Amino acid sequence: MVLTPTDIKLKLERILPTVQKPARYFGGEFNQVVKNWDSIETHVALVFPDIYDIGMSNLGLAILYELINDRPDALAERVYTPWIDMETAMRSAGIPLYSLESKQPLSAFNIIGFTLPYETLFTNTLNALDLAGIPLLSIERHETNPLVIAGGHATFNPEPMHAFIDAFVIGEGEQVIQEIIDVYQVWKHSSLSRQQLLISLSSLPGVYVPSLYHTYYNQDGTVDRIEKLVDQANNPVLKRIVPHLPPPPTRFIVPNIETVHNRVPIEIMRGCTRGCRFCHAGMVSRPVRERNVSEIVQAIDTALKNTGFEEIGLLSLSSSDYTHITELIQAITDKYCGKHLGISLPSLRIASFSVDLMDLLKESRHGGFTLAPEAATEHMRNIINKPLSTEQLLETACQIYSRGWTTIKLYFMIGHPAETLEDVKAIADLCKAVLAEGHKAIGHRAKLNVGISTFIPKPHTPFQWVSCDSVEQIQSKQALLKQELRHRDIKLTWSNPEVTLLEAWLSRGDRRMADVVYQAWKNGARFDAWQDQFNFEAWMAAFEATNLDPSFYTHRTRSLDEVFPWDHISTGVRKKFLLKDFLLSQEFQTRVDCRLNCFACGILPAFADLRRENPGESWSCPEVKSPPKVNLAEVR
Amino acid sequence: MRIRLKFSKTGPMQYVGHLDLHRSWERIFRRSGLLLAYSQGFHPQPRLNLACALPLGFTSQCEILDAWLEQDVPIDQIQEAVSNALPPGLKVLDLEIVDLQAPALQTQVTSSVYVITFFDEIPDLDDRLQRVISADHLPRLRRNKSYDLRSLIEEIALIPQNDGGNYSIRVQLAAREAATGRPEELLDVLGIKFEATHIHREKLILATN
Repeated sequence: MVLTPTDIKLKLERILPTVQKPARYFGGEFNQVVKNWDSIETHVALVFPDIYDIGMSNLGLAILYELINDRPDALAERVYTPWIDMETAMRSAGIPLYSLESKQPLSAFNIIGFTLPYETLFTNTLNALDLAGIPLLSIERHETNPLVIAGGHATFNPEPMHAFIDAFVIGEGEQVIQEIIDVYQVWKHSSLSRQQLLISLSSLPGVYVPSLYHTYYNQDGTVDRIEKLVDQANNPVLKRIVPHLPPPPTRFIVPNIETVHNRVPIEIMRGCTRGCRFCHAGMVSRPVRERNVSEIVQAIDTALKNTGFEEIGLLSLSSSDYTHITELIQAITDKYCGKHLGISLPSLRIASFSVDLMDLLKESRHGGFTLAPEAATEHMRNIINKPLSTEQLLETACQIYSRGWTTIKLYFMIGHPAETLEDVKAIADLCKAVLAEGHKAIGHRAKLNVGISTFIPKPHTPFQWVSCDSVEQIQSKQALLKQELRHRDIKLTWSNPEVTLLEAWLSRGDRRMADVVYQAWKNGARFDAWQDQFNFEAWMAAFEATNLDPSFYTHRTRSLDEVFPWDHISTGVRKKFLLKDFLLSQEFQTRVDCRLNCFACGILPAFADLRRENPGESWSCPEVKSPPKVNLAEVR
Repeated sequence: MRIRLKFSKTGPMQYVGHLDLHRSWERIFRRSGLLLAYSQGFHPQPRLNLACALPLGFTSQCEILDAWLEQDVPIDQIQEAVSNALPPGLKVLDLEIVDLQAPALQTQVTSSVYVITFFDEIPDLDDRLQRVISADHLPRLRRNKSYDLRSLIEEIALIPQNDGGNYSIRVQLAAREAATGRPEELLDVLGIKFEATHIHREKLILATN
């Protein structure tokens, strides 16, 4: 029996007093949109498969929420996964997963859209479907079941989730979500089968319907080729981009409880021109498109009036690269000086210019100053293409400490290609040198926080051919750092090597990995991103049960012509370009910021028409001069 | 200027705790466009004062908030600006100007009146209440501190069945600083699970001086 919203509310009344932070499960915040369910044609559930506290801060879903709710014929409601205590309570009370706005069970929606920004949400996605009573496997869903779609950065390799998701959105969702709703509505009015719906969706640019493709494997387990099974489907599936960033959302839902980023997020630009070789986001979110200053300032003003938030976050992959960053910061500080507004400006480059920028934000300064050198030797920085001199870092650190900050946070990555213990030792030495700058400037008030993450060779990056460090290698590198950085004024944090491995397997997996995800979920894995819930044994048992060797995915040398499981998904950046960049890394050659010199990554030819229609400086790529391609068939 | 708002807290706001409610009010004022006065010091904080924390899950029709505004604003203008900025679950019931020198709200509250409604039928409820009423002492341990619950119970009475057929009781508990009676503690003494009840604060009693 399917419960109605009234049934669900009645049951909630009894269980909410027994769980932690019940406000996570009740909705009703300022700016939530509740439409009349029965008078709206298409119901879309937007699911962030982790708890409310995390999911509420996701900008991607906030964008889609506004866009869909702006349509008179559709509504969007929010769904997050319940924390362990609530899940237990819901299962024993027979409450299915429901939406916060109208308390409708998830199964009553037409379309369920999951956002998968990172891979450790995969088991939670299965758990959400299970809690909703929706068949986990795409092939087991019928005409009456919702259409299950997913997008987000982790879906640039959709294969490990291919069995569970009916259709993936590859790339940016602003336009394609509308097209998906349109196609769904046409289908709903027809008497066509679910299969026909999937085929129609598969022809939309940027949509990948995995059941309409087949993967052929070689004897050695690598992929031979991926073929589409119907003519209409795209192959390769080129990601979608919006040619011009649409107006930023300004009617954010204001949570009644604490969330990770409890503020107005404003994306100032999308993409990054720096070309760090390990960086997935930098490769998959090209080209760089900027919003103009007045649009940003206007959006901030509107959003603050609409929400009452006391903080804004200016988001991008590399804030100091935003062309008009000084002008922007000046405009914001002029306008909000003395108004008790916190301004956060993450992702700053290591340069004194960044310190100048932060100085402008003095009034709203809180916490430390974060820098991400990622590697400690110039040699290693050349390999990863994050060129920076040690002098430059120390000079920047000196300025930060002398201009009033007491804490610097440095991010490094271990496990880079060809990294030795010497390179790791250099991280410790560099940290001490940075702290020494602090001691020189402000004595023992100077503190240093060091965050050490572990490199994962992500798909669609120049390092996709690289093998991972073994757990033992990671552990010995971490041990070295722990030993070297034992200091009163240094706080060191590092990531669990087993979690890193899991992320690597899941991000690099092929279709067979779906069985592992399923089995791991069966074994009790969920909330894999949470240290206290992470269950490595469940994953190892899953690999064993499915007869797959995890090291196949992460610990072998790959030939340069290997076909990757994600090769049929195109980010617009050519594999040839990535390979060239990988080979350059082996010769310690760097490439400058591609605004200074275009390296023909492939984005321009892939999106030539869009660039032609959007000339000028909102894109960082060169202009396209060539005339549009004429379709000969049409001329005839 | 200093204003005092009486408000109700129901629906989604019943699941919002004291600190989060404080933050919600800050944001209501930011949305309203009324400028709150800030405290002095290294970390200036907006000047807001809630009378008496309402435990998570309780509803109320009698919460009280004092707010300090940077400028004098006509009261009806405040009423309108605040009302437009309220989230679902908060309603302003009364609004007045308070003397800047008036004592802090928290020091003025003496008792709270709660209505506790039982979801299920409670066998021999009368007897259970009688036992509490006739007890001289009800020693309890909370957070490793022992105290006498009986001395905090000022009144307790059974309310006849409501429309839905549910029984409820009305209790008046002390709500002075360091002497606060908690309805959950009383329910525990009565042998009733608090999650099978709904607790509503009906009245805050302030010292009249």
